[in-house]
Amino acid sequence: MKRTNENLGTVSMQSVMYMANYGITDKLNVMVGAPYVWTKASAGTLHGLNGVQDISLFVKWKPLSYNFNSHKLSLFVLGGFSAPLTDYVVDFLPMSIGLGSTNLTGRAMVDYQYKWFTATGSAAYVYRSNVEIDRESYFDTEMHLTNEVKMPDAMQYQLRTGYRGKYLIAEALLSNWTTLGGFDITRNNMPFPSNRMNSTQVGASVKYTLPSHTNLSFLGGMNYTVAGRNVGQATAYNVGAFYAFYFNKKKSK
Amino acid sequence: MKKKIGYAIVSGLVLVSVIVACSKSITGRTDELAALVPAKSDIDAGTWKTVLLTSPTEFPVAAPGATTTPDYIAQVNEIKTWQQDLTSEEQRIVKFWSAGAVLRWNEIMRELVAKHNLPPYQNPDGTYPAPNANNPLAYPQFPFANPPYAARAYAYISAAQYDALVAAYHYKKLYNRPAPYKVDSTLKVLIPKNDLPSYPSEDAAVIGAAVETMKLLFPGDQDYIQAKAEEHKRARIISGANVRSDIEAGEALGKAVAQKFVARARTDRAGTAGGNSAMWKGLEDSCIARGEEPWYSLEIPKRPPMLMAFGKVRPFLFDSLTVISLRPSAPPKVQSDLMKKETEEIYQYIKNPKREHIAIVHYWADGVGTYTPPGHWDAIAAEDFIKLNFSEVRWARNMALLNMALMDAAIVCWDAKMYYFNPRPTQLDPNIKTLTGIPNFPAYISGHSTFSGAAAAFLGHIVPARKADYDAMAKEASLSRMYGGIHYRSDCEIGLTVGQNVGTYAVERAKIDGAGN
Repeated sequence: MKRTNENLGTVSMQSVMYMANYGITDKLNVMVGAPYVWTKASAGTLHGLNGVQDISLFVKWKPLSYNFNSHKLSLFVLGGFSAPLTDYVVDFLPMSIGLGSTNLTGRAMVDYQYKWFTATGSAAYVYRSNVEIDRESYFDTEMHLTNEVKMPDAMQYQLRTGYRGKYLIAEALLSNWTTLGGFDITRNNMPFPSNRMNSTQVGASVKYTLPSHTNLSFLGGMNYTVAGRNVGQATAYNVGAFYAFYFNKKKSK
Repeated sequence: MKKKIGYAIVSGLVLVSVIVACSKSITGRTDELAALVPAKSDIDAGTWKTVLLTSPTEFPVAAPGATTTPDYIAQVNEIKTWQQDLTSEEQRIVKFWSAGAVLRWNEIMRELVAKHNLPPYQNPDGTYPAPNANNPLAYPQFPFANPPYAARAYAYISAAQYDALVAAYHYKKLYNRPAPYKVDSTLKVLIPKNDLPSYPSEDAAVIGAAVETMKLLFPGDQDYIQAKAEEHKRARIISGANVRSDIEAGEALGKAVAQKFVARARTDRAGTAGGNSAMWKGLEDSCIARGEEPWYSLEIPKRPPMLMAFGKVRPFLFDSLTVISLRPSAPPKVQSDLMKKETEEIYQYIKNPKREHIAIVHYWADGVGTYTPPGHWDAIAAEDFIKLNFSEVRWARNMALLNMALMDAAIVCWDAKMYYFNPRPTQLDPNIKTLTGIPNFPAYISGHSTFSGAAAAFLGHIVPARKADYDAMAKEASLSRMYGGIHYRSDCEIGLTVGQNVGTYAVERAKIDGAGN
């Protein structure tokens, strides 16, 4: 069942993220990031929250790739870790800036490219640790006399396809997050970190690298929730800039 | 070399995830309790002062059959048959219920309150539907177990259990039928033995009283309640604590006593506490007539104030005239400098809230979907009582007095709220954004403060070693409402004092009810 909540209006979440991406070899890449997040409701009286959210670290490894004619097929394996950097408030959804769990992610990704055409599919399993909340009891589908909340794990799937040139990448995306367990919000209740939060989103993203300064690239994108359960129907926009440091080039001089 | 590092990182992550994944199950604070071993038998509890019963013999319990009869021996054999092949589920229920009947049924009440503490969603025309006790499963489900409703439910169920146990202990002493394990020394017993006569069963008296009062208070949860009752009775028989006739006599007594409480509940004016739009308008108008700015609902669409006539409900510890005499004097005038100062103080708290303040707000919020502040105080009391090894009847007496004090605190508090009809801080300064939901009723006096003052005053009498802790907790619960942006200092400080005044009635009663301390 979908509902609107006039006592919240539209809840907005803004974040600024610092991300570093380090290519150890051609086949091994490490990405680290940490966002600062603000939440705000357009109506009602609830106070917004803000703070540094989770640090995330991903290792991306390309164990296999095939080239035949102009076709290129690659397999990637990603391992990720994320954990809260601060003791932010978890149990004040939808105003919380995050869910507070420490996550371990294993992702397999297949990438296909033919000339400028590209298609990528991936699936990930996200292990989520239990979280602690500020109160000593809670009701999900039964009473729990503890501040510890069991967080269900989740699967994430993504398909992206589009144009991949030397300087411009433009793709359409379809992604899905499915929580493996959890419970539904009862009618007119507050959301809770261990809800069964599922969502399917469609979106687009663009990345452009300056031909004159190839170490500088810009990206932008948006996505829209087309189906969901226990989540808000969100529209998200992102913009960013990357500056690449070419360590290896210097060495090869 | 670098590739090997990559392998190591990936395999390390996989390993860590496997290790952590094994330890996700959670344990509640009362999941693994040892069996209750009462420090005192309280065998003379049949003389303790009851709440509604005119005497412990008001509902007669027939004399039990002799322990030498074939009927009794057959009942002992029923226990032995159960015990021959115990499943792990049977062992689990024996352990679970042996922690204490009053404790476990208190937890069940709290669970039902948390399940039902959900305000109805609005109709398409902007009005709000009211739950209907005669059709409890239709939306909005009955009850909406908000704090006053919950306080009253806890009080009736606890007080009915107490009166049922006073009567049960009277007959225990009178008939002095020994427990089955005293009669048949070959009987295995799965719980600690004691010398308390087993007829009628104290556990079954608690069950009967709980089930019967819950039919009125939680009419849509009968399947769950009856299943718990059956499980509890079975656990007592399996464990060897009671024969079937102990259970049957106790349950019948508990149900009969509870009828008296149900009859009172039907006429205590809670049925009309929801009020109506004319009453709402009247409260607003009389506030304006006093030259004040009235409370307005800050919800969209505007919701009627919660249980606007709850202040008229009949209290347990005093009469309705005393409710009015306990009403505090007026809050600072809305236009006064003092009120401006108090509003500014709240704005300063919420402008850049401290993390430790938010933790306090949420620790004590006990809002939507929780067992409410009275339930929180029951939880605090229960976790302390567990350590004190009270007999079942003493558990029930302390819970009954605590919950009657909490219900009466709700009545006195709601009387003041509706009488003064004072706005919330956010109404006077819309820049005050709140760290928990704004309760949909007037501010003065704070419900959390009134509940906490009453509970701390009573618990400090029952557990004197913890008096300072209870007072500190009450103070923190009270302050949490200022940190959260939903109450002024006057609401909280005067609320605490009014609550303490209500709690004193429970203390005075405890001094003379024959139970001692």
